[in-house]
Amino acid sequence: MFSFIQKQDTTHMPITANLDDETRRSFLGHSGLLLSGAAVALLAGRDALAKGGQSGASDVRILNTALGAELEAVAAYQLGAESGLLQKPVLDLALTFQGHHKEHADVLAKTIVKLGGQPVASKEKYTFPVDTLKSQADVLRFAAMLEKGAVSAYLGAVPVFGNRELAKAAASILGDEAMHWAILRNALGEIPVPSAFMS
Amino acid sequence: MKKFRAAILAASAVYALLANAGPAAALAHGDPARGKVVYERCLACHAFAYDRTGPRHCGLFGRHAGSVQGFAYSDAMRHSNLVWGTRTLDRFLKNPLKTVPGTAMGYAGIADRQERADLIAYLKQVNDSAECRGQ
Repeated sequence: MFSFIQKQDTTHMPITANLDDETRRSFLGHSGLLLSGAAVALLAGRDALAKGGQSGASDVRILNTALGAELEAVAAYQLGAESGLLQKPVLDLALTFQGHHKEHADVLAKTIVKLGGQPVASKEKYTFPVDTLKSQADVLRFAAMLEKGAVSAYLGAVPVFGNRELAKAAASILGDEAMHWAILRNALGEIPVPSAFMS
Repeated sequence: MKKFRAAILAASAVYALLANAGPAAALAHGDPARGKVVYERCLACHAFAYDRTGPRHCGLFGRHAGSVQGFAYSDAMRHSNLVWGTRTLDRFLKNPLKTVPGTAMGYAGIADRQERADLIAYLKQVNDSAECRGQ
């Protein structure tokens, strides 16, 4: 299973691993721009709330659940980064994605406070299926699974926000995590975008 | 007049029972293989063997909602009086926020009854497997 990765066969290395430095810098730069957009949208939601928006306790609960998942994602990427299984440039990519999740978590926490809620804290310890992570491909597949789940979670959260600005902001994060998922699939040699719709 | 009122109340009670039982009677047959794909939607927050943002799914069937030791549930879930089984899961998964107002699971739900049935069949299959029996 995943023998091409275990043997370090570069002819099957992910497309991201074959990017030249300039292209990679460009990719990372654009990712940063998109994330800034997400932060701006969520902060806009905060402003709307400050002006007396409709959001309530339910929105805070949804945001806190999202925050919990984002904090776990940060920890998961940390695990991957420290595993010694990721080689450059995949390692750089993982750290970039981790940075996105940190940004998501930061803005979510600030928004929860703005709404009068108490943001959940990062757990002292997370449980991950470390016994199944033996290669770079295993780590990438695990990350892809989390990212796809995150897309579904945000997709399920968007329609239930009372405040539409928060829904818009959540959709912005959803888009970012969908891109993570696609890139990770690509890195695994899978079809990056396997279908026209997400669920 | 009292008899009429009593009859209305009785009819209302019967209606409520039927309304509650109606969806349960119409549960679809689930395919665990398809349900495994549906379960991928849950993987941002849930795992079978351990708690994450959401509680573990091993031991789910027959478990009182909000009862996994050490997991920080919402008050709403702890006081929901639900016992997880095929029918309660179907109701909850269809619309979590309506079934348990105040749940931390801020998720719109799975509208498609076949998808819910498939997901529940998969949850049951894994719960009956060694993966969960060893927990």
